[in-house]
Amino acid sequence: MATTLEPPPSKTPPSTPDNLTSLLPGRLARARPLFDPEIVRRATKDSFLKLNPITLLKNPVMFVVEVGAALVTLFLLRDVFAGIAGKQGFEFQIAVWLWFTVLFANFAEAMAEARGKAQADTLRKTKTDSIANRILNNGKIEAVPASKLRCGDLVVAKAGELIPGDGEVIEGIATVDESVITGESAPVIRESGGDRSAVTGGTKVLSDQITIRITSNPGETFLDRMIALVEGAERQKTPNEIALNILIAGLTLIFLLAVATLHPFAIYSVSSAGAGTVPTIAVLVSLLVCLIPTTIGGLLSAIGIAGMDRVMQHNVLAMSGKAVEASGDVNTLLLDKTGTVTLGNRQAVEFIAFPGVTDEELADAAQLSSLADETPEGRSIVVLAKEKYGLRGREVSEHEASFIPFSAYSRMSGVDIDGRVLRKGASSAIEKFVIEFGGTIPSTFRQISDRISRNGGTPLAVADRGRALGIIHLKDIVKGGMKERIAQLRAMGIRSVMITGDNPLTAAAIASEAGVDDFLAQATPADKLEYIRREQREGRLVAMTGDGTNDAPALAQADVGLAMNTGTMAAKEAGNMVDLDSNPTKLIEVVAIGKQLLITRGALTTFSIANDVAKYFAIIPAMFMASYPALARFNIMGLHTPQSAVLAAVIFNALIIIALVPLALRGVKYRPVGAAALLRRNVFIYGIGGIIVPFPGIWLIDQLLVLLHLA
Amino acid sequence: MTQNGILQIAVYFLIILAIAKPMGVFMANLFEGRKTLLHPALRPLEKFIYRLIGIDETTEQRWTQYTAALLAFSIFSFLFVYLLQRLQGILPLNPQGFGAGQVTPDLAFNTAVSFVTNTNWQSYSGESTLSYLVQMAALTVQNFASAAAGIAVAIALTRGFARQQVNSLGNFWVDLTRGIVYILLPISLVAALILCSQGVIQNFHAYTVAKTVEGAKQVIAQGPVASQEAIKMLGTNGGGFFGANSAHPFENPTPLINLFQMFLIFVIPAGLTYTFGVMVGDRRQGWTLFSACAAMFLIGAFACYWAEQKGNPTLAKLGVETNATSTQMGGNMEGKETRFGIAASALFATVTTDASCGAVNGMHDSYTPLGGLVPLFNIQTGEVIFGGVGAGLYGILLYAIVAVFIAGLMVGRTPEYVGKKIEQKEVKMAMIALVATAFSILVFAAISSIIPFASPTKDAKGQPVAHSYWNPPGPATANLNNSGAHGFSELLYAYTSGTGNNGSAFQGINTNTPWYNLTMGLAMLIGRFLFLIPLLAAAGALANKRKVAETLGTLPTHGPLFVSLLVGTVILVGALTFFPALALGPIVEHYLMQDGKLFSLLLFPIWS
Repeated sequence: MATTLEPPPSKTPPSTPDNLTSLLPGRLARARPLFDPEIVRRATKDSFLKLNPITLLKNPVMFVVEVGAALVTLFLLRDVFAGIAGKQGFEFQIAVWLWFTVLFANFAEAMAEARGKAQADTLRKTKTDSIANRILNNGKIEAVPASKLRCGDLVVAKAGELIPGDGEVIEGIATVDESVITGESAPVIRESGGDRSAVTGGTKVLSDQITIRITSNPGETFLDRMIALVEGAERQKTPNEIALNILIAGLTLIFLLAVATLHPFAIYSVSSAGAGTVPTIAVLVSLLVCLIPTTIGGLLSAIGIAGMDRVMQHNVLAMSGKAVEASGDVNTLLLDKTGTVTLGNRQAVEFIAFPGVTDEELADAAQLSSLADETPEGRSIVVLAKEKYGLRGREVSEHEASFIPFSAYSRMSGVDIDGRVLRKGASSAIEKFVIEFGGTIPSTFRQISDRISRNGGTPLAVADRGRALGIIHLKDIVKGGMKERIAQLRAMGIRSVMITGDNPLTAAAIASEAGVDDFLAQATPADKLEYIRREQREGRLVAMTGDGTNDAPALAQADVGLAMNTGTMAAKEAGNMVDLDSNPTKLIEVVAIGKQLLITRGALTTFSIANDVAKYFAIIPAMFMASYPALARFNIMGLHTPQSAVLAAVIFNALIIIALVPLALRGVKYRPVGAAALLRRNVFIYGIGGIIVPFPGIWLIDQLLVLLHLA
Repeated sequence: MTQNGILQIAVYFLIILAIAKPMGVFMANLFEGRKTLLHPALRPLEKFIYRLIGIDETTEQRWTQYTAALLAFSIFSFLFVYLLQRLQGILPLNPQGFGAGQVTPDLAFNTAVSFVTNTNWQSYSGESTLSYLVQMAALTVQNFASAAAGIAVAIALTRGFARQQVNSLGNFWVDLTRGIVYILLPISLVAALILCSQGVIQNFHAYTVAKTVEGAKQVIAQGPVASQEAIKMLGTNGGGFFGANSAHPFENPTPLINLFQMFLIFVIPAGLTYTFGVMVGDRRQGWTLFSACAAMFLIGAFACYWAEQKGNPTLAKLGVETNATSTQMGGNMEGKETRFGIAASALFATVTTDASCGAVNGMHDSYTPLGGLVPLFNIQTGEVIFGGVGAGLYGILLYAIVAVFIAGLMVGRTPEYVGKKIEQKEVKMAMIALVATAFSILVFAAISSIIPFASPTKDAKGQPVAHSYWNPPGPATANLNNSGAHGFSELLYAYTSGTGNNGSAFQGINTNTPWYNLTMGLAMLIGRFLFLIPLLAAAGALANKRKVAETLGTLPTHGPLFVSLLVGTVILVGALTFFPALALGPIVEHYLMQDGKLFSLLLFPIWS
């Protein structure tokens, strides 16, 4: 983090549009329709492969369904071979729908996975094995295949060549096309030293030549990791997913007990009532499958994979599902002022001359001293002088001018021209400069610079030798829509904290303009780390963005650390997500995706359990109406026959999985409102809705079955 | 429903509402180590006990140590009660001369487990089985001890939520002692005096033999009833001194005492909800638990009362007046005491099964199917509607964990309850407890409904020559007094009551056989220990965690929305687990009753 005040930090703001929601059309972000034919084909094939009971074992709910389906099939075969007439039609249909239930759940998971796999394939195609120019110890260059490179090797890459591996630029500067990774076609600058030294294997040098120290071994490069992540090959269940799995496995066990004990209960009841028959295996298995939470059991892993996928569609690479889950829990968001809260550059808005100096004189000096200053701030001074005082930029080559660039030591820049020594810089630096030349500091100097600071601006003093001329007011421009985003965050219960190297006065003013809840001024990397630790001690989860090497400890400490792709390798490795667009504001989207993921899980679990009520009303009377005709009154849906009732419930149960696949993949709509409002809404839709929906659904299927003479 | 009946339920509820806060604050102060009103008088006794058993009251225990202490205490108590029963013949205070013959090993096992687990299921009838010494030194002592142990577990779990980043949950021995010395003893003492003042007996007399008006001889049982009665209600134990329990005029002589007994049942459980709020530092959380319990209590009480007052349509068709009139109360009076009437009986049945008390003032077996469904379902939900002393609080907290876990996700955060993240460990433990209860109720009932013990064989003269040791009457279903759906309800109720540590009986089933004594004993053990040990484990994990800051994004676990969620979770989990079984019992019986079909009494003696 740049901690000096001015001239503006060397950090280039990320080249992102100000529209916070629009995303770059990167490779990852290339939107595919939800049911892309290729993906559907792939998923259909995979859903059969996933019938393998060993792979299914990790999903206890669907495993139980598969065992049930196998059991019913066995009994069906027995009945067919034993020639028992009459029942096979019903048993056959039950068996088919139970197998469909498993297939539908597999299909949901396969769909989610197939999207990632398709993306990984695209990435893999770009990963051609290039030739590297390795520098030998004697200084000679030899050509070796890139796959032979080891950590620590030095290579040279020229314009037009592919960078053979991940590494760090140690010499030279070049423009690089990183569109393979980011999808952004505009080239970026990579140079030795500083925060822009990292290069990624597979990207292309467009101009100049750089020497690179390789930092990764083959197979472990960023691109490799990216492919693995996108493909979900190393996907592990996240903590919350495991906990939810335990819950639904427990419920499955409870329903298994309820249905298994129903058999002896039925034997007693039938013998005691002296009428009816004990329910068959097919009916008992049907009841079990209808009761166990197949909806969430079938969709749970798809929801998780789709959550990761959604993050990737935002061109963010999450290193683990855990990070995405944690982002939903974030309480505190650390936002860098520059580039996140404000536009990257400050702009001159006013010239304030000291007594005895005219505004024109000040503007003229300011413009002269900024002519060679290519920073946005410098250019804004030239522009302001032109617009306000009609001063045109002059051709300085006619004059004998030598430009003094900014240095962190002097904290000034300027020009020596025609015997004048013009300097602009931080107030304290200019004060020292003026005194060195034997000048005096005008009484209003402090007053003006403090006032500007208080209002969130940056005072830039201008002097000509011992004569202080005045102060340029540089202003931070808060990004459009930022205030609304911050307000949304607050409604979500997230506190936003602005981090800046500015002094507290400036920071406070911008903080209040952007509406953030807190700010950390004159922040050093250590301050930032300490702030995160304190928040965590108080029981909060912290998310932050960063790109510099000195951000790495804080990125690692934060619960969610979003590193910028333009940043250093150290930063990228410390964070648990990398934003390929290098747009720090995206942290807010990531949080929303995390929440959406959790909401989808909760909503479908609730829906799944709530569905059971109607299924009881369908199946229990069907089972026992023969023994206890009085139970017919329980058949409130008026289902035609016991067979049609059971079949309708099983079919509904299977179809609801497939019907909810789009919801699982897209996620439940998230609105940035408080928890209470969100809960009320979701309980209403998925809880109450979940109780009501199956009634008409099962009734309709029953009608159709009878209409088609299937039951 | 009559105005008077509704008023009775309302008055009772208002009394409980009024007592919850003072009782809750008192218990919170006590268990957080602050001075209470009773300290000047009772502190020396407390200190004396610590010296006696060699406990340093400042040492704290991890959850494993806490659990080990609880288990050690329970095992010791079990052995003590078991031996005292078997040896009652050679011990004093035994005017009726009961011996080991009255308490077979399986009955002694069942009774010992029953009282140690705070169940007080009684396969025996006190007045014809046990000496005064066993009633007092074994059973009444356990009424105190098992109740205090329950409170201790609830407090330990509360500490799990209240504390952060510590390993310890408090000291079991200290919590146990404080529960007995400051809560159970003083209230029981006062309550026993109040009971005596209204006609509950307290003596060591041999049984009185009286001559009735018709000239028949009647043996009237006596005994130290009031002292056991007070703790029986206060500790939600429910084991009556007499077989007839609180329907017996010596145990429950007047409507006022009836109200007072119901008050004693709820006073600690209702207070504990508030204690929870105080200890976790957010009293709204306590009121939320109270409200959820109150809502379920009122639904149950009015449903039961409505069903009982509505009575049996078959009787109405026969021209019996089943509506309340100025001279009689109408409704279903079968199995109810006329001095209590329908409302007070229905209320008592609801209260005693909301809590894990199990005392009865009427025969639940004789309730209408829906009226009987209420107590049955109350127990099947895990007795969390205020619940047993301590057990109710840790039970409702289990449901809170489940409710929060599902609902919490729907606000887009990993779930948290009173500042603690609910993660794998807590969910796993909650599910173990739920599965264990469902297992115990359903599996034992299922086995009993089909297990084919040999029917007794008889010789030519009709004298029995051989019968099964495990179940002399024959198949396990032969012990039922009724056939069909009603018989099934009796069976289901027994294992439900045992697993739920309730102890009330539907009555129409003879369980004093080795098979039932053993399986019921196991059900009680599972219901008690496989429920509370997982929760203590969860408490240990929770205490270790850091408290999460509350923000606008946090799921609010107070207020009407969460109350309905909690109530919904309790009812839905209970209903989904037990619906198939209930459908074959009370539900079908209800429809059959509407059709005029009733289940006749199979003429088996109740206590053979």
